[in-house]
Amino acid sequence: MGRVVLVTGVSRDLGRRFAREAAADPAIDRVIGVDVVPPHGDIGEMSFVRADIRNPVIAKVIAKEDVDTVVHMSVIATPGSAGGRGTMKELNVIGTMQLLAACQRAPGLEHLVVKSTGTVYGASSRDPAMFTEDMHPKKLPRSGYAKDVYEIEGYVRGFARRRPDVRVTMLRCANVIGPHVSSPMTSYFKLPVIPRVLGFDPRLQFLHQDDLFGVLKHSVTHEQQGTFNVAGDGVMLLSQAVRMLGKPSLPLPSPAVGGLGQALRSTRMLDFSPEQLAVLTFGRGMDTTRMRSELGFEPTYTTLEAFTDFAHGLRPPETEDADEAEVAARG
Amino acid sequence: MADAEIIPIGTRGRPGRGSGSMRPSSAARDLASAPRRTPSGKGDARAPEARPTDEVAPEAVTGAEDAGPEESGAEESGRGPVTTEDRAPLPGIPVGDWWAAIQSAAKELWGHDWEGALAALLASWRRRLEGDFTVDDYGFDAEFTQQFVLAVLRPIADKWFRIEVRGADNIPEDGGALIVSNHSGTVPVDAMMTGVVVHDQTGRFLRPLGADLVFRLPIVSSMARRTGATLACNEDAERMLSGGELVGVWPEGFKGIGKPYSERYRLQRFGRGGFVSAAMRTGVPIVPLSVVGAEEIYPMIGNLPVLARILGVPYIPVTPTFPLLGPLGLVPLPSKWLMEFGEPIRTDELEDGAADDPMLVFDVTDQVRETIQQSLFSLLRERRTVFG
Repeated sequence: MGRVVLVTGVSRDLGRRFAREAAADPAIDRVIGVDVVPPHGDIGEMSFVRADIRNPVIAKVIAKEDVDTVVHMSVIATPGSAGGRGTMKELNVIGTMQLLAACQRAPGLEHLVVKSTGTVYGASSRDPAMFTEDMHPKKLPRSGYAKDVYEIEGYVRGFARRRPDVRVTMLRCANVIGPHVSSPMTSYFKLPVIPRVLGFDPRLQFLHQDDLFGVLKHSVTHEQQGTFNVAGDGVMLLSQAVRMLGKPSLPLPSPAVGGLGQALRSTRMLDFSPEQLAVLTFGRGMDTTRMRSELGFEPTYTTLEAFTDFAHGLRPPETEDADEAEVAARG
Repeated sequence: MADAEIIPIGTRGRPGRGSGSMRPSSAARDLASAPRRTPSGKGDARAPEARPTDEVAPEAVTGAEDAGPEESGAEESGRGPVTTEDRAPLPGIPVGDWWAAIQSAAKELWGHDWEGALAALLASWRRRLEGDFTVDDYGFDAEFTQQFVLAVLRPIADKWFRIEVRGADNIPEDGGALIVSNHSGTVPVDAMMTGVVVHDQTGRFLRPLGADLVFRLPIVSSMARRTGATLACNEDAERMLSGGELVGVWPEGFKGIGKPYSERYRLQRFGRGGFVSAAMRTGVPIVPLSVVGAEEIYPMIGNLPVLARILGVPYIPVTPTFPLLGPLGLVPLPSKWLMEFGEPIRTDELEDGAADDPMLVFDVTDQVRETIQQSLFSLLRERRTVFG
C-alpha cells in the first residue's frame, strides 16, 4: 500500500509501542514518531523526529516526509507526567490545534486517526447504561482532561468539515489496561489498598493495550471513517475487579475519596482526577456495535480478560517463582 | 442471686406433716431415692430442689441435722439461708431446638433439598468472593439475584403479603415486553414483589426501570443495578426491549409511591408516555399490571418536606409507626396483596412512525392507565378486608 504514518506522542509508552508495531507492519512503509522528548526504550524501525506539535515546525515535518496518515496519540490524561495542569492543557488543546492546522495545509494527507477517550461522555447518575456514538454527556465537562478531550473532539470535527477529502477516524477508547500501561486507572489499581466510593459499584469497561494497537492499525490500514466507541466486550464491576486483584478495599464516602485523591496527587503516587472519581462512582458503558459493524474491528480481549491479564501482570514475580519452586520441590 | 435466701416449701426435711415424730414413716422411706450423703453446704444448696420425700431419707436427715437446721436454729427465723449456686447456669433453649429452627428456616428458604441448595450457595459465594461472576451490560447479576435477593424476598411475598396472582399467563414467555404497573407504598416494595412474582410465574427476570434518584443514592444504586434495574430513559428502555427483556415500569413514579394514604388506589399522572413510545418503537406488547395491597404497607399520613429537601429526596414519609417506633416502624404492615396481569396491548400492529405521533401515544397511555384503574377498582371490591 505504501503508507507513511506520522505518530504523535511517542515519548509515552503506548505511543512508542504502537509506533514500533506499526513500523513492523508490512502494510505500512514508514513510521515517523514525533514528540518533544525522545522515547525511552526500543523504537524498532520507527524514525524519530524531535518536534513540538505546539509549534508550526510540525507542518514542515508533514510536508517534507510526505506523510499521508497522521495518528494523533498525544492527548494526555495526567497533569503529573506533563508537569502541571497548565502544561497539560497546552499540550492537549494547543498541540491538537497546531497539528490540525498543519494537517489542513498538507495536500497529500489522506487520513487522520485521533485516539480520543470515553471520558467525553462523562459519568453521572442520569447516564444511559450504554453510550452510543451519537449521545452527548449529560453535563458538559467544566475542567480537566474531560474538557480537553471535549474541545479536541470539537477541533477534529471542525477539521473534518474543512477537509472533507481527508478520512477522519475518531476512536473513543475505554480505559486502556495492560501489563505495561501506566494511566490513572492502572495506578489506581496498583495502590496497596484500593479506596472505593461507599455504596456505589460502578460498571467499568476496559480495552487491552494489544487491542488499542490493533484498532489503531486497523483504522490506519482500512478505509472506514467516523467516530467509534472502542472497548472490550462486556462490563465488569469495580467490586469484581478489586476481588480479582485480591487486594483490600476501603469504602469511603465520596467527598473523602476525592480528598484522598487530592492527597495522593500531591504525593505524586496517583493522578486522581474529578472525572475519574465520577467514573468510580457511577461507571460508564459504551456501546460498541458500530465498532463491529462499520469499522469492522473485533477486540481479542473482553473487558474481563483484559483485566485478568492486567491482574496477572500485577502479581509480584517472586511469589510466582516461589510457587513454581514449591511445585518443583514437591514434584 | 447466688446468695438469695430461699424459703423452702414443705417441712424442711422433717417427716411428713402431722406425724409428730422426727422419724420418717416407712412409707416415706420407701419413696426416698437412693440414699446419699452430701456435704453439708451442698446439702443446703440442693434444698429447694429436694422434695420432702427426697430428704426424708435417714442419711439425708442426719446430714441436714448436722449442718443446716441446727446451725440456723440459732437464728431468729429458724431457717438457714439457702444458696442457689447450682441453679445459676440456666439451660436456655436446647441446642436441638436451635438446630430444628435453623432447619425449618432453611427449608422455608430453599425447599426440601435445602442441604444441597445451601452447599451450592456456599460454593458460589466462595467463587464470587474471588470476583468470578459476570454481569450484563446494565450491571445485572442474574446469579446474585436468583440465589440471594429472590430467595430472601420470596418468603415475604408468600407468607407476609400472601400475594395472589391473576392472569399470569398474560406475561409473554419470551421476547421483549413491557409490564406497566401502578406504584404505591411509600417504599418501592411493590416493584420488588413484582420481580418475585414474575420470576416465580414465568422464570423470567423482571428488569425494572428506575428514577435517576435511585442511581444517585449510595447502596440503593449498586443494589438496583445488580438486581437488573436500569435508568428510566428512552435509550435504556428501547435497548432492553429490543434485547428481548421483560421490562417493568411504574410511570407514576414518585407521585404514585409518595402519595398520601387518603389518595390510595387513585392513579396519578402517567408521565409523558415515554414508556408507550419505547414499546411502540420496539413493537413489544404492553402488559398492564394492577397491584392491590401495597398501598397499606406503609400508610403515609404525613410528610417532612423540609428534611426531604435537605436530604435531596422527594419526600420523607410519616406513617403511624415510622418515626414513632424507630426501626420497628420500617416493618411493613402485613396487608393482603392481589396482583392482576391484564390482557397485553399490542403495539406491533401500529403503522411505522406511530411513536412519533403524540396523539396516538397519549391515547395508548390513557388506555393503559384506564385498564389499570378499572382492574384496581374491581380487585378492591373483591378484597374483603385489608389484612384478610
